[in-house]
Amino acid sequence: MGKVVVVTSGKGGVGKTTSTAALGAAVAKTGKKVALVDFDVGLRNLDLIMGAERRVVFDLVNVIQGTAKLSQALIRDKRVETLFLLPASQTRDKDALTEEGVGEVIDKLRSVFDYVFCDSPAGIERGAQLAMRFADEAVIVTNPEVSSVRDSDRIIGLLDARTMRAEQGEQIAKHVLVTRYDAARAARGEMLSIDDVLEILSVPLLGIIPESQDVLRASNLGAPVTLSEPLNTAAKAYLDAARRLEGEDLPVVVPFERKGFLDRLLGRRAA
Amino acid sequence: MTFAAPLEAKSIRFRARSFVAFTLTPEAPMAEWLQGLDHWIGNSPGYFAGRPVLLDLNVLKPQPSEIAALVAELGTRGIRIYAIELEGASLGPDLPPLLVGAKEATTDGLLPGRKGADKARAEVSDKAEQPEGSAGKGRAENGKADSGRIGEGKAGASKAGESEPQVSHYDSGTLMIKAPIRSGQAIMHPHGDVIVLGSVASGSEIVAAGSIHVYGTLRGRASAGALGNTSARIFCRRNEAELLSVDGWYITAEEMEGVSRGKPVQAFLDGDKLRVETLS
Repeated sequence: MGKVVVVTSGKGGVGKTTSTAALGAAVAKTGKKVALVDFDVGLRNLDLIMGAERRVVFDLVNVIQGTAKLSQALIRDKRVETLFLLPASQTRDKDALTEEGVGEVIDKLRSVFDYVFCDSPAGIERGAQLAMRFADEAVIVTNPEVSSVRDSDRIIGLLDARTMRAEQGEQIAKHVLVTRYDAARAARGEMLSIDDVLEILSVPLLGIIPESQDVLRASNLGAPVTLSEPLNTAAKAYLDAARRLEGEDLPVVVPFERKGFLDRLLGRRAA
Repeated sequence: MTFAAPLEAKSIRFRARSFVAFTLTPEAPMAEWLQGLDHWIGNSPGYFAGRPVLLDLNVLKPQPSEIAALVAELGTRGIRIYAIELEGASLGPDLPPLLVGAKEATTDGLLPGRKGADKARAEVSDKAEQPEGSAGKGRAENGKADSGRIGEGKAGASKAGESEPQVSHYDSGTLMIKAPIRSGQAIMHPHGDVIVLGSVASGSEIVAAGSIHVYGTLRGRASAGALGNTSARIFCRRNEAELLSVDGWYITAEEMEGVSRGKPVQAFLDGDKLRVETLS
């Protein structure tokens, strides 16, 4: 039986979809069978980041409503053999999802795949609650800023109250993934420190992804950064996070600003 | 021609329901009292949204015409009065109904093992509302009459979704919470002390009849002695609270600024004053 991981956050724009794609691709590269499910019905972003938007024929809503088979809707990634995508519908809204339907689809996926990553929509509404409903684990994506952390705290509360596991009295494993971490700004005290984030959320840290232009570029080119530029620092951070998600015990290194140091060196040289 | 066929007699259920509500006790001079109320609302906007509020006029004893003006005045502040307490009064149909047979809430057996979170709304009185402190007791209402209004209050209360207060199911004693309390959660414990081993996030709320002990950082609101226990205290390892209150006397984050922020503190009543002292 595969593991169902929901990638969620309270606030929008923190990097859920990017992280879903990057983590999913990283896990799939190790040979595990991975499905990425886009729950952001009505918006459809994951297929763009995966570079599969022109291959979408059927989607999650079709599968739930029975107009397409799961095997028809799943898109196999062209780069990684074991990576699949179940896209969201852009023409429907989130009311097209039913709890029973989502449960059935997740159960089917769980029996076939080693990992099922659910890319949740932002917020605490129905869409987000359905995405987390059947999850075994949760990756809470947060930026090192107060509003994002506060909303993440709210989401963790929901994860502990509204998921199937929680209702059966079990624990849902939770991880915090800090994204868009800017070492220079953190050093200047303009961002929350990692310690602050962890102290507020009291959930174990999965990884710290540094803010990087390359991530955005990779997303716009339709390739998760862990596939397109695996040597990039952000990609490395995602690869490490994926290994931790699989249970490996890797220490998390807080990125620091090398540039400032180099700049200072260069500056001296110039003087 | 249409005749109404005799309906299959389906009995209508009338159920008694008791719950805890806020009580506002206005006092003369009214202008001053309203000013105090405005100040408090300014500190906690939206605090009264969707909450049923009782109006206790036994202190003020106004004329019926003044009551209408007062209800309207409170209405402009978003406070919805659903019943009025005034001994021996008869009110017009345009006013909220008179509350009869209400009992003051006590900790013994009035709220036994409440399962539905939608019923009990524990109240936090505060000094702006009730300058006498002693008036700030929870009132339970045995809801036989005014079902319409109660329904209205409940509808407002139940749309809060998962942030619905989690009323503890224990009949007595201490409630121990081993997990952190998350933003948006509310813990109501009308039976005794609350011990939180983790932190209390900002945007969350603890209301306890007894004392509150937080072994992590307290960032949310904590109201101890909410049903009138003046000897209740709040303890925390690190005070970043939005509001601390004991038996309705409260202190907000701004007033604590500098003196006790970020420190281990206890808050307790010293006469009619809420004191926050650092624990050494």
